[in-house]
Amino acid sequence: MSIEYLGLDSINGPLVVLEGVQDVAFDEIVEFSVQRTKKKLGRVIEVYEDKAIIQVFESTADMSLKNTHTRLTGRPMEIPLSPEILGRTFDGIGRPIDQLGDVSYVMKRDVNGDPLNPVSREYPRNFIQTGISAIDGLTTLIRGQKLPFFSGDGLPHNELAAQIVRQANLGEGSSEKFGVVFAAMGVQHDVADFFRRTFEESGVLDRVTMFLNVASDPVIERIMTPRVALTAAEYLAYDLGMHILVIMTDMTAYCEALREISASKQEIPSRKGYPGYLYSDLAMLYERAGIVAGKPGSVTQIPILTMPNDDITHPIPDLTGYITEGQVVFDRDLQGKSIYPPIDILPSLSRLMKGGIGEKYTRADHQAVANQLFASYSRVKEARSLASVIGEDELAPTDKKYLAYGRKFEDQFLGQAKDENRSIIETLDFAWELLRMLPREELDRIDTQLLDQYYGLEKVL
Amino acid sequence: MKQLGTIYGINGPIVYLKGKTQFQMSEMVYVGKMRLIGEIISLNNEMTTIQVYEETSGMKPGEPVYGTGQQMSVTLGPGILNNIFDGIERPLKTIEDQVGQYITKSVQVESLDTERKWPVRVTVELGQEVTGGMIIAEVQETKTIVHKSMIPPNIDGKVIEVVEDGDYTVVEPIVKVKQLDDTIVEIPLAQKWPIRVPRPVRRRHESSVPLITGQRVVDTLFPITKGGTAAIPGGFGTGKTMMQHQVAKYSDADIIVYIGCGERGNEMTEVLEDFSELEDPKSGNSLMERTVLIANTSNMPVAAREASIYTGVTLAEYYRDMGYDVAIMADSTSRWAEALRELSGRLEEMPAEEGFPAYLASRLATFYERAGLMQNLNESEGSVSIIGAVSPQGGDFSEPVTQNTKRFVRCFWGLDRQLANERHYPAVSWLNSYSLYVDDLSVWFRDNVSPDFINNRRQILEILHQESSLMDIVKLIGSDVLPDDQKLTIEIARVIRLGFLQQDAFHQEDTNVSLEKQAKMMEVILHLYRQCREMISMGMPMSLLLENQIFNRVVTIKYDVPNDRLDLLDQYLVDIDQFYNHIMETNA
Repeated sequence: MSIEYLGLDSINGPLVVLEGVQDVAFDEIVEFSVQRTKKKLGRVIEVYEDKAIIQVFESTADMSLKNTHTRLTGRPMEIPLSPEILGRTFDGIGRPIDQLGDVSYVMKRDVNGDPLNPVSREYPRNFIQTGISAIDGLTTLIRGQKLPFFSGDGLPHNELAAQIVRQANLGEGSSEKFGVVFAAMGVQHDVADFFRRTFEESGVLDRVTMFLNVASDPVIERIMTPRVALTAAEYLAYDLGMHILVIMTDMTAYCEALREISASKQEIPSRKGYPGYLYSDLAMLYERAGIVAGKPGSVTQIPILTMPNDDITHPIPDLTGYITEGQVVFDRDLQGKSIYPPIDILPSLSRLMKGGIGEKYTRADHQAVANQLFASYSRVKEARSLASVIGEDELAPTDKKYLAYGRKFEDQFLGQAKDENRSIIETLDFAWELLRMLPREELDRIDTQLLDQYYGLEKVL
Repeated sequence: MKQLGTIYGINGPIVYLKGKTQFQMSEMVYVGKMRLIGEIISLNNEMTTIQVYEETSGMKPGEPVYGTGQQMSVTLGPGILNNIFDGIERPLKTIEDQVGQYITKSVQVESLDTERKWPVRVTVELGQEVTGGMIIAEVQETKTIVHKSMIPPNIDGKVIEVVEDGDYTVVEPIVKVKQLDDTIVEIPLAQKWPIRVPRPVRRRHESSVPLITGQRVVDTLFPITKGGTAAIPGGFGTGKTMMQHQVAKYSDADIIVYIGCGERGNEMTEVLEDFSELEDPKSGNSLMERTVLIANTSNMPVAAREASIYTGVTLAEYYRDMGYDVAIMADSTSRWAEALRELSGRLEEMPAEEGFPAYLASRLATFYERAGLMQNLNESEGSVSIIGAVSPQGGDFSEPVTQNTKRFVRCFWGLDRQLANERHYPAVSWLNSYSLYVDDLSVWFRDNVSPDFINNRRQILEILHQESSLMDIVKLIGSDVLPDDQKLTIEIARVIRLGFLQQDAFHQEDTNVSLEKQAKMMEVILHLYRQCREMISMGMPMSLLLENQIFNRVVTIKYDVPNDRLDLLDQYLVDIDQFYNHIMETNA
């Protein structure tokens, strides 16, 4: 195993070719040493008899065909794991960068992870209260869910993720153990710093494991960052029994890194130059959220992606939406109206919501109220487009009521302060207060019984 | 098993062997020291190409490849129902027992339990002439379904030995048959069949019986036949999976084959949990007793995803051969098409549209053509209906998978993003969906539901189309300026949309509705329409009619009239007449 090969046969972008190797395995990790001093890692992505095509993490800038020694490790990419990883900061491929030295590990685990057997999954049903009305009320987050943020450049997705970390009972007051795994891919330094500060302020820093691949770090490492982070998350969740929230930002940078490698491998591109296996590749990441039957912990994912040009049909948000269990969509118009969080509820959705709300978890009227809020808000949009043609004065009385309702809904239901933490009961009561602005006949998604129970009530303060 | 080659190169799920090898095309092979399952997909003088159904990481050039001499096949026999398999028919529960919660590489498991003894009732006699497809034994496979083991289609001859009724495993021989060429074959309960070859039938029939799904928008507006094909295209979040679940739960098929092809793991868990608890409306037993799940979730190996569709349809054909009506839910065929694309890309084939291989259309065609109402080799009649979800990229129906699917299906239930955003579920668009089976079914509807059914259905669609063109005007100038008869059209269309098309999957009464109730609801709505139209033609203003609560009462029929109290619906007709008389008396 310790044969070292001197020299390379070709270098092309992040890919190098090594010929004359023996016993090389598909997908194994190789170590390069450049000029006998600098160490780099790479991964075998294709093999032909005695020829290996290797993808180098980090840049290939100082490598030449002569100055590089290559050693096969005989194993896939692994990271060391132990309870010590909590509170630590690593680079994109799991090497400590916080000057606290190496992690003494209990075990090493393959970062690729095997697919979880569908019969071993437990269907997620536990509601997580985030304190944000738009999410709790309309796109409820469930423990073990993967709920991405579809955002755009300059929208406050990071602030919202941070607020969820602060408010989602991740802090004190529960007997269960919570933790956060944070994976940054190609984000600016200040975003990484912002999250670190948030974790510090909310007192969870010693329960956070950070994996940082910032914008200036090697692009290729980004391919491994979410895998490394999720391996750590699975260890914390299933081996240590913690409830882990994984925040991955920015998935767009990840996909672009994938495209870059695909292009240098000269693969046939599908849409917008992204490789045909983008869906499978993303699924390997997102599907690692969940709950394993019989184990105490869970992995909940909030991947954040910036939609290029705010286009939801772009392959990255599109394929993500097909894999994840819903999405929270940010809207630039609402941002323009200074509404925070600027969540456009109509395209937003939580697929696991139906199983995790209702009498047992939140309140019996939750589903019906949510449906009605969606339906009424879509009427608001219709009324607005009509008003923009014929003027507000010419509208029918009901349409006018919808306009008033829409304004209050956006300002006060969607909108809330960055430190405002509303309970689900407050959210639902407030929803009824809004619905009372509309005539009872208009509320066609709520059955008669619930209307009798709630519509007539004045809000008791 | 003998070694027939050594690995030359590895690129993801594609493995190459150098030189001329003795493998056959489509042969199932075991690859490498780990013996991963693979299939030969191309052969030439220089190179043999294998598609491997498991992760290949850790594999090295120089490792052996073993041949089996057989095509990629599935095992057909009792034990398929109430079970969950991966894309190449490996039982996931057994895998869990063997290797734990993660599916690791090179798990060797039998498709069907070979130890379990089934109580068998033999139905052939010594000396009897038998031909392919003939039933030799019956087994109560689940509480709901009697399994009928058959002579494999390619065997013909005379029974020279037969066992007594009793308990046998799926591999013990039940009969020995001496064929015409004097060879003797032993036939156990289970048989193998290659997944890419349709099981032979006597002939194909035209179907004139609907597959009743309990979903109003499907059964009434865009019905499908037993043996028919339908596509459900829709962007993410429009409710494809939900609709597949509803049809799987409530359709009147005997057997459901649910293929989760490249979809979410949690969805399969949900189906497993839900279906085990829910009661089959036909038999009263648990739904899983008539269901088989094929789960190849999106994080499982991509090559097996490609195979899962064929595995599913082969299982379905097997039960059809027993004379059952089988419905396949394929969720989602786009993932299957993408698996084709991914493998094609790795093979460096010349891409056609959007990177999909040029043979996409022909593969889709061969899949959907395996549906149909058939007269089987044993003269029984059975059907396979295929309902395939399509996940168009960017929700755009003009992409290749949706377009090519449209060519081969006769029902198109297009899901609409706008409706889904309004939380109008099922979000089947009444403007761009269609069913080409309506004419074939009209006789059945006339004889079995109501003579007016087809006519009423047409009227409902007409009103909806009129509304849609009126809405173009309303969006510009508001509804106030419309004449009263057009206001009525808009109001009735609202009643149809909310009270008829929208169906609440979580409401106990509304989740599954009999055709009889559907027909009556339609009648009530149209009666209201006719009476109102008459009043308006006599000069009554629409605003006056709207003061009455009758419209909202008709909307909530779906909740207020329980499925076993259809007599209550007659009261609505009476109330509408009273409403008419009342208005006419007080305002005439």
